[in-house]
Amino acid sequence: MSRIGNYFIFLGTLFRNREKMSVYLRLILNECTSIGVGSVFIVALVNTFIGAVTCVQTAYNLTNPFVPHNIIALIVRDSTILELAPTLTCIVLAGKVGSNIAGELGTMRISEQIDALEVMGINSSSYLILPKVVASVLMFPLLVIMAAFLSILGGYIAGTLSGVITPEEYVSGLRFDYNPFGVTFSLTKTVVFAFLVSTISAFQGYTVSGGALEVGSASTAAVTNSCIAIVGADFLLTQLMLT
Amino acid sequence: MIDIKNITKSFGDRQVLAGISDSFKPGQTNLIIGGSGTGKSVLLKCMIGLVKPDSGEVLYNGRNFLTSDINEQKTIRREMGVLFQGSALFDSKTVRENVQFPLDMLTEQSTSEKDDRVQDCLVRVGLENAADRMPSEISGGMKKRVGIARAIVMNPKYLFCDEPNSGLDPLTSIKIDQLIKEITDEYQITTIVITHDMNSMMEIGEKIVFLYEGKKLWEGNSDTLTQSDVEELNEFIYANKLLREMNH
Repeated sequence: MSRIGNYFIFLGTLFRNREKMSVYLRLILNECTSIGVGSVFIVALVNTFIGAVTCVQTAYNLTNPFVPHNIIALIVRDSTILELAPTLTCIVLAGKVGSNIAGELGTMRISEQIDALEVMGINSSSYLILPKVVASVLMFPLLVIMAAFLSILGGYIAGTLSGVITPEEYVSGLRFDYNPFGVTFSLTKTVVFAFLVSTISAFQGYTVSGGALEVGSASTAAVTNSCIAIVGADFLLTQLMLT
Repeated sequence: MIDIKNITKSFGDRQVLAGISDSFKPGQTNLIIGGSGTGKSVLLKCMIGLVKPDSGEVLYNGRNFLTSDINEQKTIRREMGVLFQGSALFDSKTVRENVQFPLDMLTEQSTSEKDDRVQDCLVRVGLENAADRMPSEISGGMKKRVGIARAIVMNPKYLFCDEPNSGLDPLTSIKIDQLIKEITDEYQITTIVITHDMNSMMEIGEKIVFLYEGKKLWEGNSDTLTQSDVEELNEFIYANKLLREMNH
């Protein structure tokens, strides 16, 4: 429990005694490149295959001849937008981005680079971590939008190539009974997940003490704690926004 | 001038500092020596505000650092330069960017002013040809010199060096000691060096404070270091076989 309390105290330090805005703008841009551009490949790969698998598995389970085939596309669309794109993408990013943040900050901590910032009168948590949080909140939704698109496209390619659904049926299913609120829900979740992943990972790395072993443990803890926070927040938000 | 008054610090049940008081004058290399675990680094961290002591005062030219508000603390911090034991260079920045970093963050100087100042500091430490290298590409001695350049780039009034010779060969250690001494004399800085290097004590020990089990047990200089009758100090100095044989 004290660790959770320290986490909230840590969040408060991010916004105190900040440096000038021009410093943050440059840092945020760098982090956006690292977090956003650097994650495009893995997000694209994972989600394209997830969409393909969802389509084929849905078709496999849809044995009732009275159910039209365009339902396959509807299921792929809704499961992608509501759950698979935001949650799965953020879990993948917790592994990639979260472990990177924790490892980087942990290494800076044990090599006294953070102390060097502090003795210069710079708020190290604000300088090092706030740009990562802002960049995550900006880039994660863009990655999820791309992920959703590629997932649906993956479903289209897999479904049509395997013959379980025709292109016309797939497009018809995508358009059937579409609720735009799903996108709002998806992006809201993503912003919350981005904040959780970046701050939890940063907290783990920033509070490391010890050596390389502890940095490794912090990196692992960053990923596991982020994943737990994601699924917990997912449930809460689903209850709040969809019921 | 730096004054420390009755600094105490415990971690759990273990008392690390038991009421240390002293004064350190400008233009003088002040050494704090002692064995491992005697509280030297903790005392340094208390002085530079990385660790909050349980009690006591740290005064920078009369200004109480520990009770100052955040803006006053920032002002005092900007008058400090610190050389960490591992140099603490920023891995993602070149040598030049490391030295320039305090100027970028803490001043409104123009690009040309910053370039000139950084170049002066790099020339001072003999690294003008390594400016564009990354910290991973330079030796331990060079890292220390970059650390010194970064510590002095803001023209500090106070310079703190945490075991500046650790991990260095004897010849490089002497060069680092000489550099610290020259900078202290030239800029009239109050310099505090944490060390257990005997050569440093003899070369630059204008004032030496010996800590033992968290207490100040002896104070003197390089001339009186080998003439004290403090048993613990003599045990510390003559732990080295070479010195024991030279003493006999």
